[in-house]
Amino acid sequence: MSTPAEPPAISSAFFRGVKSAVTSVFFLVLLGTYIGIGALAHDYGFSPWWLALSTIVVWASPAQVILISSLGTGAALIEVALAVTLSAIRLFPMVVALLPLLRSRTTRSRDLLLPAHLTAVSMWVESLRLLPAMPAEQRVAFCNGLGVGYQTTAVVFGFAGYYLAAGLPPLLAGTLLFLTPMSFLISTARNSRQLVDRLAFGLGLVIGPLLTLNQVGLDLMWTGLIGGAIAYGIHRLRRVTK
Amino acid sequence: MNALVAELWPYLLLLLVGYLPNEIWRALGLVLSRGLDEDSELVVLARAVATAIIAGVIAKLILFSTGTLAAIPLPVRIAAAVCGFLAFLGVRRSVFVGVATGEAVLLLGGYIFGR
Repeated sequence: MSTPAEPPAISSAFFRGVKSAVTSVFFLVLLGTYIGIGALAHDYGFSPWWLALSTIVVWASPAQVILISSLGTGAALIEVALAVTLSAIRLFPMVVALLPLLRSRTTRSRDLLLPAHLTAVSMWVESLRLLPAMPAEQRVAFCNGLGVGYQTTAVVFGFAGYYLAAGLPPLLAGTLLFLTPMSFLISTARNSRQLVDRLAFGLGLVIGPLLTLNQVGLDLMWTGLIGGAIAYGIHRLRRVTK
Repeated sequence: MNALVAELWPYLLLLLVGYLPNEIWRALGLVLSRGLDEDSELVVLARAVATAIIAGVIAKLILFSTGTLAAIPLPVRIAAAVCGFLAFLGVRRSVFVGVATGEAVLLLGGYIFGR
């Protein structure tokens, strides 16, 4: 397949995306997370190539952890698919919030296929932070660079974890696993500049565990709907009263 | 032939119960975001819902940990998250300082109080 030569501004935007990816805090997060997932895949007897492919096509660490641990213990396939799809619901509002930032007058729909697939917490958080300051026609290329940079990092450290497996002392392994919630906590807080985002963030932190403690089914979906709706409602009320 | 099937079976499972049920939400987002403006109210609402879900995931990972992380006591995990967050607020809103502080507290607390 030959593609027409791209203007230099576009390809340099792609490489700036890659550079942003490997110099952001998420580089360390993915390093830790995927070393952990690599070790998990090793424990459950998957091949390292299977793990690499799952990182490329699934590209969501919670779904991959579910997939590996449930397939590995022989759960019913429909149960596995259901658990994966529930964990992935968050991708829907993320894509809906991200793509309008990427769409300019010259954007074709197929240009958005790759950014939609590459959408994951790391890429989403960094895109929402960095895109607004960028010219509209460079945003798709930048996002693709960011996503490809993150995904490559994840694949490489998945292999590393696979071969390191079992060699790590438990405390160190636990510290690596803690990288995910710790960095998500802080980077999401940093990104929440408007009141509506801060409210949604705070509400989610409280509602999520409360629903889990009360063993409510589909707890994350409800956390999003309840927390998001309350935050949005307050945002609308303030605008009306202003 | 059977050996080939056995070889490829895990990959088929990956696509059927991993890729498809996960990707469907991205595809749905792609279709439904058409025609939406970045400042539109629906996008603000979608961002609020996504942010609340991510916050819920974070809280669950810290409070109801599984695997090796569960061996580090809950108070240590909470203290690490709080210290990391305070360090982030205190030191020029630096994500790196926040994460490093949280990790250091976890490592130290896990070393002293861990099982």
